[in-house]
Amino acid sequence: MKFSRKILAATALTAAMAIGMPLAAQAKTLVYCSEGSPEGFDPALYTAGTTFDASSKAVYNRLMQFKPGTTELENGLAESYEVSDDGLEYTFKLAPGVKFHTTDYFTPSRDLNADDVIFSFERQLKEDNAFNQYVEGASWEYFNGMSMPELIESIEKVDDMTVKFKLTRPEAPFVANLAMDFASILSKEYADQLAEAGNEADLNQKPVGTGPFQFVAYQPDAVIRYKAHPDYFRGKQPIDDLVFAITTDTSVRQQKLKAGECQVMPYPNPADIESLKGDDNLQVMEQEGLNVGYLAYNTKVEPFDKPEVRKALNMAINKQAILDVVFQGAGEAAKNPIPPTMWSYNEAIEDDAYDPEKAKQMLADAGVENLSMKVWAMPVARPYNPNARRMAELIQEDFSKIGVDVEIVSYEWGEYLERSKAEDRDGAVLLGWTGDNGDPDNFLAVLLGCDAVGGSNRAQWCNEEFNDLITKAKSGTQEERAELYKQAQEVFKREAPWATIAHSVTVMPMSKNVTGYKQDPLGGHAFEGVDIAE
Amino acid sequence: MLRFFLHRLGLLIPTFIGVSIVTFAFIRLIPGDPILMLAGERGMSAERYAELRSLYGYDQPLIVQYFDYAWSALQGDLGTSIVTKRPVLEEFFTLFPATIELATVAIIIAVAVGIPLGVLAAVKRGSWLDQGLMGVALVGYSMPIFWWGLLLIILFSGILQWTPVSGRISLLYFFPPVTGFMLIDSLLSGQAGAFKSALSHLILPAIVLATIPLAVIARQTRSAMLEVLGEDYVRTARAKGMPPRRVIGLHALRNALIPVITTIGLQVGVLLAGAILTETIFSWPGIGKWMVDSVFKRDYAVVQGGLLLIAGIVMVVNLLVDVTYGLVNPRIRH
Repeated sequence: MKFSRKILAATALTAAMAIGMPLAAQAKTLVYCSEGSPEGFDPALYTAGTTFDASSKAVYNRLMQFKPGTTELENGLAESYEVSDDGLEYTFKLAPGVKFHTTDYFTPSRDLNADDVIFSFERQLKEDNAFNQYVEGASWEYFNGMSMPELIESIEKVDDMTVKFKLTRPEAPFVANLAMDFASILSKEYADQLAEAGNEADLNQKPVGTGPFQFVAYQPDAVIRYKAHPDYFRGKQPIDDLVFAITTDTSVRQQKLKAGECQVMPYPNPADIESLKGDDNLQVMEQEGLNVGYLAYNTKVEPFDKPEVRKALNMAINKQAILDVVFQGAGEAAKNPIPPTMWSYNEAIEDDAYDPEKAKQMLADAGVENLSMKVWAMPVARPYNPNARRMAELIQEDFSKIGVDVEIVSYEWGEYLERSKAEDRDGAVLLGWTGDNGDPDNFLAVLLGCDAVGGSNRAQWCNEEFNDLITKAKSGTQEERAELYKQAQEVFKREAPWATIAHSVTVMPMSKNVTGYKQDPLGGHAFEGVDIAE
Repeated sequence: MLRFFLHRLGLLIPTFIGVSIVTFAFIRLIPGDPILMLAGERGMSAERYAELRSLYGYDQPLIVQYFDYAWSALQGDLGTSIVTKRPVLEEFFTLFPATIELATVAIIIAVAVGIPLGVLAAVKRGSWLDQGLMGVALVGYSMPIFWWGLLLIILFSGILQWTPVSGRISLLYFFPPVTGFMLIDSLLSGQAGAFKSALSHLILPAIVLATIPLAVIARQTRSAMLEVLGEDYVRTARAKGMPPRRVIGLHALRNALIPVITTIGLQVGVLLAGAILTETIFSWPGIGKWMVDSVFKRDYAVVQGGLLLIAGIVMVVNLLVDVTYGLVNPRIRH
């Protein structure tokens, strides 16, 4: 009797498992070994890509968006938009029937409307908005960094589904700004509900959006769980569950991918890329990042005020050696100040050839002898420069071949950024930039415009011809603008305020059975449209 | 006894104030401005910088900042992280159970393995076993934790595939935290296999974290045992014809354990320091990793608040050890 009871129990257990197992197996789960914890889930509060991956990319949408895998704009939550003739008014018509997430902490009673859009921006714009300081120290860094407070005069509700932005000046890149993470659209209804309950901080902890995935749970520093939004306005996702397994150590991330504990991982060790490519179970995607690493001369200080001196130095730099040693192959030589994946990139420009002999001659012709200079090496690794110290050493060696003596200097990162802005700075600075909105203005005006001298224009270079071109390019159609930017790149090459060094290549290893993943040139990691083959 | 306890407690107060001043000053001595860090390459205008400095109170003289901080801390407010904008205390208590769980299992391993090894080495003094064990202990003591951790991951998780690479539990299991201790929560969840998964995730990091305390405890046990084994009462016990196992277990070990207990108490600090590296390698979501990240980001509130809490815990544990010691050894009380 005892025996048969045991058998019965075992049979019942097996049956229960048999019923349970297929259910579990049916749910498609994609595990992404992310590189760090998000700072929070309100993307407008933060500036880190890791936070955007976990918040804006998964949970939210924006009025405009980048076509997956490109920097081209397409409509997001906006069904269409119009620009007034003077370029000062942008009117957006919202897509109808867009549903917010229904979660165990919020049930929406209505679809997306103009109030949500206005709320999402006004909380960043207006100090008297109830959500302007809903967390201590909210500084809306990106919104301010992109000069939105100076640019936006007002945001008006035309009707329930139409919103009008009035600008203080014409600014074509404005539409691209609206595709950026800080411009994510939140639910006003949810915010109001939180305010009523006195739980405002939950807006940053328990997000509700319109995006492809809805938030389920977050265990700090360990795991974030999402499930597919069943009523997503562009259709439900092929995977059911999305899990971010937070794994900060690169080697450990790689071990997890190889062990099948996750299917996708970002930022592998450059030295391990070859071995990952050799793994039969993995595929390795590559794409040029939307960034540029450069050496900026101080064009206000002798003899670097002479273009021919700068040009000569540029010709002495062996970029291939830098790509091999510093980027370990995961980089591409840069000839223009904007990356090749960006529209208006001027293919026709020819890079200065590596020619130390000629460089030496050019220096002699310019009357420069026994030149000694400083090269600043950043103390941190960045995608556009994984090892600035090593890069500086290679440049030191290259310059010594043409008789230029280099002293390498470095400072703590915050100090480095601050000191390198000084207009009387001694030495050339290694630095770089990663694009925010895919617009050339975000590189050329920010890094090389006259307004940025003494700030982010580390070459302290103000060239009238160049500046006129990029100022004109702030308005007009994309074709017109592209033409102006191409001309500006010619001026840049001729004047050589920087030595353009490299654009990094972003590498994404993932399981072979992952399909539909598109690498984002802007550096984000989004899983909309991704599937796992059975 | 009460006077002894109050006296020790009284000593904690100046120590605690000292720690708060040192942590406050040290994080500010590291070059790097948290606001500039926040801005990165993008930078910010001078007006915006001034605005943010005043928002976070960094424009005040240091002494004013310290007293503001101390006053809030006394009221239980350790400030808000400049990075996550969440209260420091809330973040600490979300992550702390993971560290305690790891440290507890590590100290259990260290004690359970370290003491027998120390005894064995002492009893077999001078033999190849003694020299071998102490040699291994020395290696364990001097081994860089991050290297040791990676080595174990590559061997046990990569090649042998016996344990998972990192994390606290398999992603298959999902239940809301009740106690914050994964071993307990996994049992409470009632999900089959959850406890086993939690244990298999815990074992490697616990071994790595236990390595240094284990070596210290083994060496300490050995030297304490050697001292006791030479005592008259041990010789007398032996002379009486008591079996060697009883002599060692009953007479020698009991007395040798007193300094070992102190050593174990002191290992709490070592464990919390070791947790910083261990947690980083194994993606273990505890306070160690949290502190490291905050140092890199110059998150003043988190670094000083976290250090203050950790120092407080170490001090309280040491106080308890002192008190226990006082109970065991009445001479200490005076």
